[in-house]
Amino acid sequence: MNTSMSWIKAYVPELNCTDQEYLDRMTMTGTKVETFERLDKNLKDIYVGKILSIEKHPDADKLIVCQVDLGDKTLQIVTGAPNVKVGDKVPVVVDGGKVAGGHDGGPMPEEGIEIKNGKLRGVDSFGMMCSIEELGSSREMYPEAPENGIYIFPEDTKVGADAIEVLGLHDSVFEYEITSNRVDCYSVLGIAREAAATFEKPFVPPVIQVKGSGDDVNNYIKVSVPDTDLCTRYVARVVKNIKIEPSPEWMQRRLASCGIRPINNLVDITNYVMEEYGQPMHAFDLDTIAGHEIIVKRAKDGDKFVTLDGQERELDADMLMINDAEKAIGIAGIMGGENSKITDDVKTMVFESATFNGANIRKSAKRLGLRTDASGIFEKGLDENNALDAMNRACQLIEELGCGEVVDGIVDIHGTLPCERQIKMNADRVNALLGTELSEETMLSILKNLELKYDPASGMLSIPTFRQDLENIADIAEEVARFHGYDKIGETLPTGEATTGKLPFKLRIEQMARDVAEYCGFSQGMCYSFESPKTFDKLLLDENDPLRKTVTIANPLGEDFSVMRTISLNGMMTSLATNYNRRNKDVKLYELGNIYLPKQVPVTELPDERMQFTLGFYGEGDFFTMKGAVEEFFTYIGMKEKVIYVPGKPADGTKRASIVLKDSYPFLHPGRQANIIYQNVCLGFLGEVHPEVVSNYDMKGRVYVAVLDMPSVEQFATFERKYTGVAKFPSLNRDISMVVPKDILVGQIEAMIEQRGGKILESCHLFDLYEGEQIKEGFKSVAYSISFRAQDRTLSDNDVNAAMKKILNGLEQLGIELRQ
Amino acid sequence: MKELLKKIQEEALKQIAEATAPDKLNEVRVNFLGKKGELTSVLKGMKDVAAEDRPKVGQMVNDTREAIETALENARVKLERSLREAQMKNEVIDVTLPATKMQMGHRHPNTIVMEEVERVFVGMGYEVVEGPEVETDYYNFEALNIPADHPAKDEQDTFYINGDILLRTQTSGTQVHEMEKGKLPIRMIAPGRVFRSDEVDATHSPSFHQIEGLVIDKHITFADLKGTLAEFAREMFGADTKVRFRPHHFNFTEPSAEADVSCFKCGGSGCRFCKGTGWIEILGCGMVHPNVLRMSNIDPDEYSGFAFGLGLERIALLKYEIDDMRLLYENDIRFLKQF
Repeated sequence: MNTSMSWIKAYVPELNCTDQEYLDRMTMTGTKVETFERLDKNLKDIYVGKILSIEKHPDADKLIVCQVDLGDKTLQIVTGAPNVKVGDKVPVVVDGGKVAGGHDGGPMPEEGIEIKNGKLRGVDSFGMMCSIEELGSSREMYPEAPENGIYIFPEDTKVGADAIEVLGLHDSVFEYEITSNRVDCYSVLGIAREAAATFEKPFVPPVIQVKGSGDDVNNYIKVSVPDTDLCTRYVARVVKNIKIEPSPEWMQRRLASCGIRPINNLVDITNYVMEEYGQPMHAFDLDTIAGHEIIVKRAKDGDKFVTLDGQERELDADMLMINDAEKAIGIAGIMGGENSKITDDVKTMVFESATFNGANIRKSAKRLGLRTDASGIFEKGLDENNALDAMNRACQLIEELGCGEVVDGIVDIHGTLPCERQIKMNADRVNALLGTELSEETMLSILKNLELKYDPASGMLSIPTFRQDLENIADIAEEVARFHGYDKIGETLPTGEATTGKLPFKLRIEQMARDVAEYCGFSQGMCYSFESPKTFDKLLLDENDPLRKTVTIANPLGEDFSVMRTISLNGMMTSLATNYNRRNKDVKLYELGNIYLPKQVPVTELPDERMQFTLGFYGEGDFFTMKGAVEEFFTYIGMKEKVIYVPGKPADGTKRASIVLKDSYPFLHPGRQANIIYQNVCLGFLGEVHPEVVSNYDMKGRVYVAVLDMPSVEQFATFERKYTGVAKFPSLNRDISMVVPKDILVGQIEAMIEQRGGKILESCHLFDLYEGEQIKEGFKSVAYSISFRAQDRTLSDNDVNAAMKKILNGLEQLGIELRQ
Repeated sequence: MKELLKKIQEEALKQIAEATAPDKLNEVRVNFLGKKGELTSVLKGMKDVAAEDRPKVGQMVNDTREAIETALENARVKLERSLREAQMKNEVIDVTLPATKMQMGHRHPNTIVMEEVERVFVGMGYEVVEGPEVETDYYNFEALNIPADHPAKDEQDTFYINGDILLRTQTSGTQVHEMEKGKLPIRMIAPGRVFRSDEVDATHSPSFHQIEGLVIDKHITFADLKGTLAEFAREMFGADTKVRFRPHHFNFTEPSAEADVSCFKCGGSGCRFCKGTGWIEILGCGMVHPNVLRMSNIDPDEYSGFAFGLGLERIALLKYEIDDMRLLYENDIRFLKQF
């Protein structure tokens, strides 16, 4: 919404403030002014001059030398303009003055163009005559301006007058952000009312009077509204003996200041009233209306209609149409039809001012792909009472402009019109909500400026119907607060019962996940929650894989963002690929984000949202680097038990809380992947990414990933820590070196050592692993250092030998030979 | 005897002074004080000294020994220091050589801002809660006083799963979940991911984050809202930060406001960050609408409250001067490493 200052002042004549003050104070009372622009910001020292004589330039065919009377002086000005003649009154910028742009209407320089006395081909020129483009505007806004030439004022313009003033350019245009609840402020009058209340000046709206020219509207037109649910009021009047001509300068200037192009008196009046009252209107040529009858009713599915822009539109049964006795002549509230549009030959017209159902207009405009200025306003839901005022205001302007004769009588079809809502005034409640101590008197004087009437007898406030947004005492509190000043309300902290600030367990664990990942060198990425269904193919998931059952967006931004992810890997792989393709070396990323597993497809209830802790990297490091990061995390969140890594299907009875956790993962290297098991619960998986998947993401080399299902992990996380004492007695160590069948995992060896080592076993760790020449085919060499310790005594060799014997026996059973 | 001792001492001190290495000092020690050393041989000759003179001579020998030992010790300290100094002189390194990187990872700027906001509000007694990202129409709109057909539903360009299930467009639904639990008073914040059907560009993303806040108690006022958020802004943007509340409109609050903070780049004098206004809009807020309270079975005549919502990305972009929102979701390590 834009308004010029001059138009606001037309209704708040005592308003006297700078543009900046206006912006600041209007913003602080809730009519947010985004920006303003002074129309004369680069115009200086431009006057109305009268051309006294024109001579040819002695040395240039295309230039002329003019003597121009500026009232107090006569200046010689050289120009190349082809359109001036003796006697013309033109804008003249004198030495030291400024114009906004060049005569070609191209982009205007930020600071304007300064004009100085000079010589053109040897002849002195003391200023410049200006085109409308040089004055910072255009022929669109000043249709009377000639093409490619100097602007020429009407003959009665005073010589020597301020040309900027005459052109109405000593003005500013304000751009507002109007909130959706304030339909009334999509009008100059609505904003002027707010301005009057803000600056506490009288608000003087136009006084509407239509003289009429006799006759009776019912002799011309008959209206019926079968679909009253979509059209709550339909007002029509008839104007005859229409004379189409340009509208007067003042109206053109006001429209131009709001960026609306003047066309002719009829169109301009319609636009003017739409701006002034916020009520779109429409004019039909009566002679095109079959049977001189208007019927407002829904279209039929599949009906076709040509709108006045010449486009054929397909309609449906939810769209409201304006029809005559035979055919549709307009889409209600959106656009008129080509078949009834006003031409310059119009004799008699029907003016329509109606109130349509906002939601219906919005939906129809959306379905038609046709959002017009009118529909944009109707969709906000207008006040029925405004329709009649706007109609009469338009007819008043028709008469004032001599545009035609308004026929007596009004067709006005409506149901129950809105009446003024009553709200019980309660000053204590307002103060309690605001934390203020304002008197009721102060509040009532604010409300009075907003045209809310107070009845002391009943204590009720009457809310004018244009303020449909005011429903209860909280709304009244806002009105009081706005004009009392939000900035005048104090700053306190809530009193009352103290509460404990806390971060829930889940979020604390996530915070620790971030800490550990970062300690381990992984940086945090963020990925979208929706992705393309094609990612499942990129990840080599089987076509029947349950992960392909997704929560699907009905209106996505495109296929690439159409399904809610069921696995977090695509985001990680895509991010790694971005880095890879930008030649970033050694990239480690992690992400904490949800996956969305539908409980059924199609979705009928909310999906299972599971937080996934995803890590991925390429470059330096290998499978065991990733394993190290995972184990650091478990240790950090207090998971002390042994983590088991299973390269394939976990043991029977292992719990898996999500379908992401599988027996094996097609997107991982078949020989380099493992499920992560903790106390018989699968927490996630890790592995090297399958080379084919790596190549699907346009990468080369090895990529490692790990995915932890956080709800599964959280059940084992704890903040409890217990000090177990630093060992007082020395440990005894034994190193064993073994020849092990290749298919035995070191995990099995460790399990055996732990199982057989007894209470005195402290730890064991792998210190050598070798496969190669000295070892026989099908075997590998494995060496462990085993440490024993007792809490209560120094161990003897006998203690340790006994334990070692048990361990070695067990290892032998696995087919392991001890090396000497 | 006295002469002899004096000579020994002089000779020893001379050799000590000439010693340039710890080995030499050791040699001196052995030569004079060792088992076969000169002073030791003097002591050995004590048996030839008259008995009555022995204490006196003994004293003289001890004095000499002490003098030599002191000289040796002093020389050793001095020598070691000079050797250490010489060594260190050789060990001069080019301190401008590159550091050995510890290779820590970096937090996402969004998370840094989120944790900062959480820290401030947890400190003020707020509980952090979460709500579902895939949400029902009821919690996202209806229970927040945004009825069916309300234009606000269009403005927010909602992604729908079906007629009733959608991707939440705001974290405000968590307010309703929290109120429905029926436990009062409430002081909560709810950070989380929200979705709107905006094409990806420098200032838009179809997925971003908000932090919602809600306080419900008896006697909560608009002044409390102002005080709380002003406190938050000072914690977040610095103690000198000024906060301005402008009237605005949200369906689920009344009165409603938008809060601006004095520009944290220019301090309020006007710069390109604040588009010359001196103010930066950071959040929307207001007193919880009575309809919202009522729908969640809270009596608006007994309880009141305030709510607020802020965009994480917006603050991250402003705070870190990031000029393109797409950077936040590309995960380029060169970007992430800067935080």
